[in-house]
Amino acid sequence: MDRKSFFQQISSGRRESSPEQLSVTAIPAEQLAPRKQKQQDAAQRTTGRLSTGVTPYTGTFTEDQLRHLLRRTLFGFRKTESDAFKGMTASQVVDLLLTTSTTAPTPPVNNYNSGTYTDPNVPAGSTWVNASFTDGTANALRNFSLKSWWMGLMLNQDATILEKMVLFWHNHFATEMDVVGDARYSYLTNAMLRKDAMGNVKTLVKDVTRDAGMLIYLNGYLNSKNAPDENYARELQELFTVGKGPNSKYTEDDVKAVAKVLTGWRINRLSAPASAVYFDPTRHDTGNKTLSSFYGTSAVITGRSGTNAGNDELNDLVDLLFAQRETALHICRKLYRFFVYYDIDAQAENDVIAPLADTFINSGFEIKPVLSQLLKSEHFFDSLNQGCMIKSPVDHIVGFLRQWNVAFPASSNIPAQYGMWNDARAFCQIQGMDIGDPPSVAGWPAWYQVPSYYQLWINSDTFPKRNQFQDLLISTGYTSRSGKIIADVYTFAQQFPNPENADKLLDDSIKLLLPIPPDATMRALLKANLLPGGIPDFNWTDEWNQYKNNPGNTLFKNIVYTKLIMLYKSIMNLAEYQLS
Amino acid sequence: MKRRNFLRNTAAAGAVLPLSIADLKFRAYGPNAVLASLARAAAQTDRVLVLIQLNGGNDGLNTLIPLDQYSNLSKARQNVLIPDNKVLGLNGKPATGLHPAMTGLQGLYNNGLVSAVQNVGYPSPNFSHFRSMDIWMSASDSSETYTTGWVGRYLDNVFPGYPTGYPTSAMPDPLAIQIGSGVSLAFMGENMNLAMAITDPSSFYNLVTGSTGTAPNTPAGRELTYVRTIAQQTQQYGTAIKNAADKGKNLATYPSGNRLADQLKIVARLIHGGLKTPVYMVTQGGYDTHSQQVDSADTTKGAHATLLQQLSDAIKVFQDDLTRLEVQDRVAGMTFSEFGRRVMSNFSTGTDHGAAAPLFVFGTKVNPGIIGNNPVIASTVTVSDNVPMDFDFRQVYATVLKDWFEMNDAEVRDAMGGKTFQTLPIFKGGSTRIEDFTDLFARLSMADPYPNPAREQTTVSFFTDGGQVSMYLYDAMGVRIRTLASGKHRGGNHEVQVDLSGLRPGNYFVQLEQGTQRITRMLFVQ
Repeated sequence: MDRKSFFQQISSGRRESSPEQLSVTAIPAEQLAPRKQKQQDAAQRTTGRLSTGVTPYTGTFTEDQLRHLLRRTLFGFRKTESDAFKGMTASQVVDLLLTTSTTAPTPPVNNYNSGTYTDPNVPAGSTWVNASFTDGTANALRNFSLKSWWMGLMLNQDATILEKMVLFWHNHFATEMDVVGDARYSYLTNAMLRKDAMGNVKTLVKDVTRDAGMLIYLNGYLNSKNAPDENYARELQELFTVGKGPNSKYTEDDVKAVAKVLTGWRINRLSAPASAVYFDPTRHDTGNKTLSSFYGTSAVITGRSGTNAGNDELNDLVDLLFAQRETALHICRKLYRFFVYYDIDAQAENDVIAPLADTFINSGFEIKPVLSQLLKSEHFFDSLNQGCMIKSPVDHIVGFLRQWNVAFPASSNIPAQYGMWNDARAFCQIQGMDIGDPPSVAGWPAWYQVPSYYQLWINSDTFPKRNQFQDLLISTGYTSRSGKIIADVYTFAQQFPNPENADKLLDDSIKLLLPIPPDATMRALLKANLLPGGIPDFNWTDEWNQYKNNPGNTLFKNIVYTKLIMLYKSIMNLAEYQLS
Repeated sequence: MKRRNFLRNTAAAGAVLPLSIADLKFRAYGPNAVLASLARAAAQTDRVLVLIQLNGGNDGLNTLIPLDQYSNLSKARQNVLIPDNKVLGLNGKPATGLHPAMTGLQGLYNNGLVSAVQNVGYPSPNFSHFRSMDIWMSASDSSETYTTGWVGRYLDNVFPGYPTGYPTSAMPDPLAIQIGSGVSLAFMGENMNLAMAITDPSSFYNLVTGSTGTAPNTPAGRELTYVRTIAQQTQQYGTAIKNAADKGKNLATYPSGNRLADQLKIVARLIHGGLKTPVYMVTQGGYDTHSQQVDSADTTKGAHATLLQQLSDAIKVFQDDLTRLEVQDRVAGMTFSEFGRRVMSNFSTGTDHGAAAPLFVFGTKVNPGIIGNNPVIASTVTVSDNVPMDFDFRQVYATVLKDWFEMNDAEVRDAMGGKTFQTLPIFKGGSTRIEDFTDLFARLSMADPYPNPAREQTTVSFFTDGGQVSMYLYDAMGVRIRTLASGKHRGGNHEVQVDLSGLRPGNYFVQLEQGTQRITRMLFVQ
């Protein structure tokens, strides 16, 4: 197996052959990792991965397929959103989803001045992103403000892929706000990911490298010729570009050489945040940096001096990193795991990842053509790729709140609005996903940890929390000091054409809420929530119309609400609801 | 006779030899029926293992401090060095001490409740957190990828077929519990992850788990089945955990603001409440101390000191609690981290990713003391220099499985991916006796290489009383680059000529190995 030689290569660099190494290389791969082999065989046997590739999908674009596309590219989707796309081709819808706003959102504001704390440098309701640091208390409050603001952007997303891509890049170029320690820099990181989210990835990598948040997070700002710090140089290769794929054979010496390329970047904390990053040529290692043969036969980054040395060498470095096909493959695999499925078998690698990588390379590393090709492909719409993703906590919480059109406090009350956004964030956090503070620079394990991947989102701690959230929101609603949010079951049912018809209401609701339909037995059990004990269907029709015609009647209201709450609780308590 | 056995075991431990691997692979990975047919001689003990994961790579050199290397250490890592007069002493070990923040662990050590194992790692260290953590969790070689975990394989063996048919009357409780909102690769079994994640054992949300229906034979069906299984297990085991939490109590006073202590508090309560779960995992993060590991004004303070203090305090109060709850003899704890840190500190008063590091096993049933020697620090080190491993982390795992969980050799080998690892004298009455172990110290010795520094060639002489002896050359990163000698040696003095041509100038280590005993010497190549 290539992976094996890869790690030997990485960890040893140069060496002579020795008896035990010879013996290790002599063992066939399948004996070295038998369980993996076995597991993959089993997976192929039972779930028969597919044979489709990146050829554009030209078959009938069904409503099921539209919903699949929206589930994967938006956080949940509203009925109004899927209705708006009805009648279009797959290609037309994807083009619209990829036409993202280029206007930066208004930055987060001071929502935190209160009786107990007042930020002397920022009036309530004004943005803090350009203000001075103030103190640790202000910074902690600003971190919450930033995360709440981001939550708000996701909750109020338009029907484009932008917010999912921002999250994708946050997971890819992960930083932790808690470690960065300055919310103003973390804001800039987020703003940079938004600006570059749909653009050129080489540009993005350069921007990330010179980002204040990243420079702090991975010690780039401490990296100097006398004291090279390898932290960023390692992750730049291992996680951000060439990756750890079977043919990615960079060495420990490459880590050291790349660290030297990146020496000299500094942060002036007294400057305005947007101009805090600067290059100090006196701390830069001006020597030539020789890389291993993985980067080509004579891969040398010519040492520079002077004020442009940092940018010039960074440009050379990024050119070199992206000249390796591994970088394109690595980023395409990450996209695949984010938008399609985690299991990349040989077929997916050859027929999907490889052509996507070609597209990526040929476009000069633009992300949009890759997304377009992937999302329009036969492979993406293959029925076997539908419903197989376990929702991330953000997908679960934001998707729920959007799909149910849950109303949040208005912008006229900023503390309440931000406060409730923060509560939504906290619901994600207790499920193991705190946006802005991923567990490590590798992002969330559900997108990289072999073999469990998405399954890591669901365990005995998080699964009950998911159900609890859903049940709470559709029944009493959630109340905090920021107010109350509730998912109104009657309003939800009312959006369908025939809510008084039990069968139609059930089927329309299922289509919106579940990616794969329940079997007949389960469907009958769900229907019994509206018509217990097998009573005839017209009973529900009567009950619905009674309340509809007498909206002030509490008794009629209670009957309808009780039944709808039970119905939607039962639908969303199904394991199917956790899938996308 | 004992010793004879011991040496014979040792010879069989040559897992790196192609013959033994080829020989083992069938038994290790044969069809499940083979596993199931292995006689299960009451493998389900009432013993509990608590794994304490130190996330980020703990700086072993500032944890268990080698005082006899102090002058070289002070050259290599002046800005993070702990003043030697502040290092906490350990009874009977004048050359080794603990970080000044670890008074709790010092107390336990001096009361005979701690076994420290020096320089634990694996050959060809990987310096990626994620890869190295996977290696530790799955107990694979550096060059392999396993998709199951070491605890998962152990539990699969004791509880075959899980989750089908479980819970049973013999095992009504979760097989493993991880405190937190996630589960580790260490618990990954053949069919699924075997650990329950819990944050609050006293409250469980009542799930509606009605009819589940059939799952289609598709990737969606695979995920559906997974979520349904979790739902079912949560319901089944939730009650068991809640009952144990209601019944159990804590008798010690746990410190506030110590998240690790909070987690261990739950573990103690569940054990006392009668939960039969054999393995728990708790986690402490923050060990990736690239910068500001110490306060520059006072190196005994800072981020690392805070972590070690919380670790040490948490272990101390947990052990006290277990004793008051009268379950102390059933519980052993063990710390581990994905790697140690570089010998040389960096200019950010921190340390970068390294290789081997010490780990601690604690409890009333451990052989108190330190296994192995202090790491050897060169007088001149480069930024790449690492602490080389003396013990493979899988020797520690194998010891836990064999001596704590009473598995037989075949079962241990299976859990260790088909490889055999010599156990260590960590537990009282274990398979490797401390006498055998100490005996070897007197029976194996190695002189410094001569000449040293050397250019083209050097000579290493050693003494053995006979048996399987190997000598390896490691580079400064801790990567084994050559085998200098390997095979049965008669008793007496031996000399090995080492050809150094082609080696880059720098620090190297020569390591002599006989059984569990390893002796390491520095070699500088000019």
